[in-house]
Amino acid sequence: MSDVTEQLPPRVSVQTGMEGLEVALSGVWRITDARRSWAELVGANPPTRVKVQMEAVEKWDSSLLLFVFEIQEACRASGAYCDVSAVPAKVRTLLGQLAASHNSSVPFDRTDSFLTGVGNATVDAWSKAKEIMQFVGECVLSGARLVRLPHKFRWKDCIDEMQQCGAMSLPIVSLISFLVGVIMAYQAAVQLRQFGADIYVADLVGLAVVREMGPMMAAIVLAGRTGAAFAATLGNMKANEEIDALSALGISPVDFLVMPRIVALGLMMPLLALYANGVGIMGGMVVASIVLEIPPAAYWIETQSIVDLSDIGTGLFKALTFGLLIGLSGCLRGLQAERSAMGVGRAATSAVVTAILLIIVSNTFFAVAFNILGV
Amino acid sequence: MPTNESQLQGPAVEVTGLECGYDDTVILKDVSFTVARGEIFFVIGGSGCGKSTLLRHLVGLNLPRQGEVKFLGAPFSAADAATRRAQQKNFGLLFQSGALWSSLTLRQNVALPLEEYTTLNRREIAELAALKLGQVGLAGYEDYFPAEISGGMKKRAGLARALALDPAILFFDEPSAGLDPVTSRKLDELIVEIRELFGTTIVVVSHELASIYDIADRVIMLEKQAQGIVAEGAPKALATTSNDPRVKEFLTRGTGRIPHL
Repeated sequence: MSDVTEQLPPRVSVQTGMEGLEVALSGVWRITDARRSWAELVGANPPTRVKVQMEAVEKWDSSLLLFVFEIQEACRASGAYCDVSAVPAKVRTLLGQLAASHNSSVPFDRTDSFLTGVGNATVDAWSKAKEIMQFVGECVLSGARLVRLPHKFRWKDCIDEMQQCGAMSLPIVSLISFLVGVIMAYQAAVQLRQFGADIYVADLVGLAVVREMGPMMAAIVLAGRTGAAFAATLGNMKANEEIDALSALGISPVDFLVMPRIVALGLMMPLLALYANGVGIMGGMVVASIVLEIPPAAYWIETQSIVDLSDIGTGLFKALTFGLLIGLSGCLRGLQAERSAMGVGRAATSAVVTAILLIIVSNTFFAVAFNILGV
Repeated sequence: MPTNESQLQGPAVEVTGLECGYDDTVILKDVSFTVARGEIFFVIGGSGCGKSTLLRHLVGLNLPRQGEVKFLGAPFSAADAATRRAQQKNFGLLFQSGALWSSLTLRQNVALPLEEYTTLNRREIAELAALKLGQVGLAGYEDYFPAEISGGMKKRAGLARALALDPAILFFDEPSAGLDPVTSRKLDELIVEIRELFGTTIVVVSHELASIYDIADRVIMLEKQAQGIVAEGAPKALATTSNDPRVKEFLTRGTGRIPHL
């Protein structure tokens, strides 16, 4: 800074005079500059009487206040008399305020007892469960309205979302499915080659990709990509009171915001899964032709012979379910978000975790159900 | 907090030929004014006239396309990034909504600048944070989170944070926006009190006539079509003597006389 005064450091000179220890402050006291501490100035023998003067101070701020307050506190502790009558009235007022906030500043106790914690957690879990049931119910009603009055549905929003969650996620879905195909083909190749059953790599990769891995990997990518985006968007809209504005107009936020998203995901997920199946099988084909020297045509014929329509159908049915679950959990977490920056972040995280959890749980359920049904 | 004003010379804020805008749009052209030390200075004007843009350019959130901003006699907008950062310690900024960090308590919000820029120990920082919160009337709320307090309290807590480093210059963006008249008036009183106590220079962006007539020493009025300053002076004098219909209309709410506020 260009101020000449800024260059003077905060100075303290101490000398023993008629009225005990005389402390003369001078220079410029800035809170951002370092200053000496009272304890190191007086050393081991605290004075019985201290007089503070500050006529030679050029400029001062809280730094000086803290220093004089430190002297006052030290004097109080050692039973000495601290005379601040020579400092300006403004400084004395502020010292009084500092002392008051020092005394009243008791930390706020936010800890709860164990029982309170358990009780709150139970009440919280119950209200969350109710919220989820209510939300699912509203979605079902909204779905019924969609079937009855399809012209009222926000198709434009739905198509925008389809573009976002379908077409825009093709690159990442391609990469992941291709690599999953490659990994599975490698694992299978190592084992099957021992028995000379190289060609069955195609069967294994084909079935596993179409029935399980294709839909699941596409779903997990979309849970991270689209589910989080839904939660963040709706969470932010809630924080901005946009959702309240819809409710105040009598428009159901579920109809307006949630349904287009869920329908978009429900339509796009099976398509993405179908695409992921193709790319995954291609991954297996590449490994088979390079590592096992199986010609792609032979690999394709073997795949065709083992994968039938029911395998593809079950995969696509699962994909549809996963899509609805991702959409539901993303929108639910978004609508439940707290109205703050942190709340939106938490909603996005929680949407991904919930979606992945639901995908795995429902997949287990499907595995058991399809086994019993024999499809 | 200068106690010895005579030692200090030159204006607190000096703006010459400032041109502000975003991307291809110019919002303000050739804006020049100075703010004396210890002055309460208002930037006024209707919505969309560029008040907040001017503020963003003053404090360095955006850099001007042309012209210069100087604080306390030293170049600011023309200086390099490191110098600007060092200078930013000299001023505090109160955002429209308080802009408190939501994951920190009020005490932690006020303490953050102190932790960042001073060598004080933790106890001193906590005491100082409590003092600042006490000064804005929030004693007892030190451990509350921003989400737990009202809009007016958030604004006051934002003010406590802006005061943390005892800035020489304080900037306010629409301090009365969203506040009830009583709370708004109390904030005005607080602004005057800060000036009396610490000699702080205060720059306020506002269109709140009550505040303008109550506490402004001097104002500049910006206007959208003119893309710059159309009037400068004490608000009451401007309202009665200005021949510019735009100024008169704004300062009298279109009635032709100073409103009883």
